[in-house]
Amino acid sequence: MALAAGCRARPGKSRDNRTGSWRVFKPFFNHETCSKCGMCVTLCPEGCVHEDPSGAGTFEPDYVYCKGCGICAAECPKEAITMKQEEK
Amino acid sequence: MSDAICELFDCGHRACGGCGAALAARLATTAAGPNTIVVSSTGCMEVFSTPYPETAWKVPWIHSLFENASAVASGIDAAIKKQGRKEKIVIMAGDGATFDIGMICISGAFERGHDFTYICYDNEAYMNTGIQRSGATPYDASTTTSPAGSQSFGNKRPKKDMPAILAAHGAPYVATASIAYPADFKQKVERAINTPGPCYVQVHAPCCTGWGFEGDQTIAIAKLALETGLWTNFEMVEGNVTKVKKVVRKPVEEYLKTQKRFRHLFKPRRQDAEIAAIQAIADRNAEKYGIDIKLKKP
Amino acid sequence: MLEITEGSHAVAEAVRLSRPQVISAYPITPQTHIVEALAEFVANGLLDAEYITVENELSALSACVGASAAGSRAYSATTSQGLALMFEVCFNAAGMRLPIIMSIANRAMGAPLSIWNDQQDSISLRDSGWLQFYAEDNQEATDLHYIAYRVAEDPSVLLPAFVCFDGFILSHTYEPVDMLTQQEVDRYLPEFNPAERLDMKDPISFGMYATPEYYLEFRYEMDLAQKKAKDVIAKAGREFGSLFGRDYSALVEGYCLDDADTAIVAMGSICGTIKDAIDEMRKDGKKVGLLKIRVFRPFPSDEIAKILAGKKRVAVLDKNISLGAKGATVLEVRDALYGSGIPVKGYVLGLGGRDVRKRDIKEIVSLVENGKGDQFYGLRKEVL
Repeated sequence: MALAAGCRARPGKSRDNRTGSWRVFKPFFNHETCSKCGMCVTLCPEGCVHEDPSGAGTFEPDYVYCKGCGICAAECPKEAITMKQEEK
Repeated sequence: MSDAICELFDCGHRACGGCGAALAARLATTAAGPNTIVVSSTGCMEVFSTPYPETAWKVPWIHSLFENASAVASGIDAAIKKQGRKEKIVIMAGDGATFDIGMICISGAFERGHDFTYICYDNEAYMNTGIQRSGATPYDASTTTSPAGSQSFGNKRPKKDMPAILAAHGAPYVATASIAYPADFKQKVERAINTPGPCYVQVHAPCCTGWGFEGDQTIAIAKLALETGLWTNFEMVEGNVTKVKKVVRKPVEEYLKTQKRFRHLFKPRRQDAEIAAIQAIADRNAEKYGIDIKLKKP
Repeated sequence: MLEITEGSHAVAEAVRLSRPQVISAYPITPQTHIVEALAEFVANGLLDAEYITVENELSALSACVGASAAGSRAYSATTSQGLALMFEVCFNAAGMRLPIIMSIANRAMGAPLSIWNDQQDSISLRDSGWLQFYAEDNQEATDLHYIAYRVAEDPSVLLPAFVCFDGFILSHTYEPVDMLTQQEVDRYLPEFNPAERLDMKDPISFGMYATPEYYLEFRYEMDLAQKKAKDVIAKAGREFGSLFGRDYSALVEGYCLDDADTAIVAMGSICGTIKDAIDEMRKDGKKVGLLKIRVFRPFPSDEIAKILAGKKRVAVLDKNISLGAKGATVLEVRDALYGSGIPVKGYVLGLGGRDVRKRDIKEIVSLVENGKGDQFYGLRKEVL
């Protein structure tokens, strides 16, 4: 890849950095308890919580990037998210 | 989903897990939208988002130096005007860049009345270089250059009042915000962007690494800052304070004891005089901005 | 069209004709007449530019960084203390590969405070990556601005440039200058149209940070760009010559140099004095010549080695000194002539506006003929 004069880049390359490898604790989302308020989506510093593919309107983290910080679990008003130590 | 975050700040950035500033960047870029040029100063946000060749920014973005974001933005403002373009300019700078080293450039840019929004993510110290004291560091906070020790209780000075300083420059809109109230922060950013002239939004962004708390507590601690009166959310329109967030106030101790940077106020011995001094700061804020919800007596 | 005009005003007119879109200005003696003239042009609708009255020099160059990155041709002017204040921005602008042009009305560095001429200011930024042009007279000071924009904006260069001319000696002196017309400049200098700019249609991150895996290569490529600039200058300078009759293709220029035994090397307005002194010395049978350096960065090492080959001795004049070492030019000329066996001596003179006269040049020629040099020239013993 040629060096970009002026030390510049177009979007996209940060995704090469798979920050999921940083995790110690992993969040698990309980879709039954979830009230679909979306606070987890709003408050995730990574922006890696998305609508889960089932179409039910609940959410799932993208484990490729989730750092396991636990903010989603701490802030979920329904306590629908639990942090468990990750088995590696 | 109506509240969907439009991701203009991508995954894969290198912020600490639980970073308040990273959340601020996501919320601010959502509020600003793609028609935005972002100017960053040197600091945590710039460093964790742009190690060549990985960039997390999906809007046009520029970083020059530590102190000069406002001056760079002034030049972009002039260029955009000349070229007849419509992009909005948003500066994102930490408290070190804003309260200290950037003062000259900010003052000049605000005095000249350029059209931009200046967002200061306030984590209350020079975090990227390892937690050193800035003009935004609160009274008695321990940092590496204002450490608590046998002869010291930490930072000896109160926070510099940047919102007032910039309102005094004639900024048409000034606001304080917190990542604990994301919708409010986004609204303030939108209002600032849509107000012609130089506008300022100072957003409280707690730092788990620098303040000494677990990363999952970032939002909770940001809420406590407001609830104790040590941080106040308000707007200033043409210099007049409006829309203050009111709280049922908690004693400052509830906030202080959650963070290692204030641990010296409790261990090895409780420092009543210092805690009282901090309570007095909160009380003065409460008085000045009228944040207390007056509860009816039962 | 030939005009008798003050150096500053000629430069301001050249800048006006170059169609900058953004000008940032902070006043400092002896550059003030330039920024004042530009302000008047804008106020009277003669220059369609945004003019930012910044609050200090670091902001002046920073505003140019923003404007240039956003795709506008940008300009500023400074000197001495002001240039020093924007030290880090200079490195930043060059590293970000932004083709900003800055006029430098060369002035001494304080302390002690001095408003008078020497070349310490721009010389002290020779490491920064900026191209550096030095004018002998107001004609060159004027023409070099068009050439600087042409060269800086070339896609194989993309480096900012200083156009240097001696403060007061040139900036505040009236000389006849042939001013080009707008049509002529438009023909020579195309619109600034960078391939990359801050633009929502193609979002790019400018000014990322480089880890040790990449930094060395970024600096190498900047050095390559400096070297490429030599060819770009030659081409741009030759084209200028064919259009307007004044050829700027050479980075160095000889005067009575071909058969000279003694070569004097110098930069800037002092060359005018040297040429007059040489005319007189030639009448007395002395075979002296001048090598004028017009481009200091990129340093014309090969060109100097070629043109000074066979000379018996070389006297290098420096209106600057690296305190504790020597003048910048003598060190680089010595390096260029390494291995040739030609004796090279350096003379630090003219600092802080100390006048240099024809008889001083003649005396220096005597000194170098007697093998004396590597010294301050013209010290007032009675003051020491």
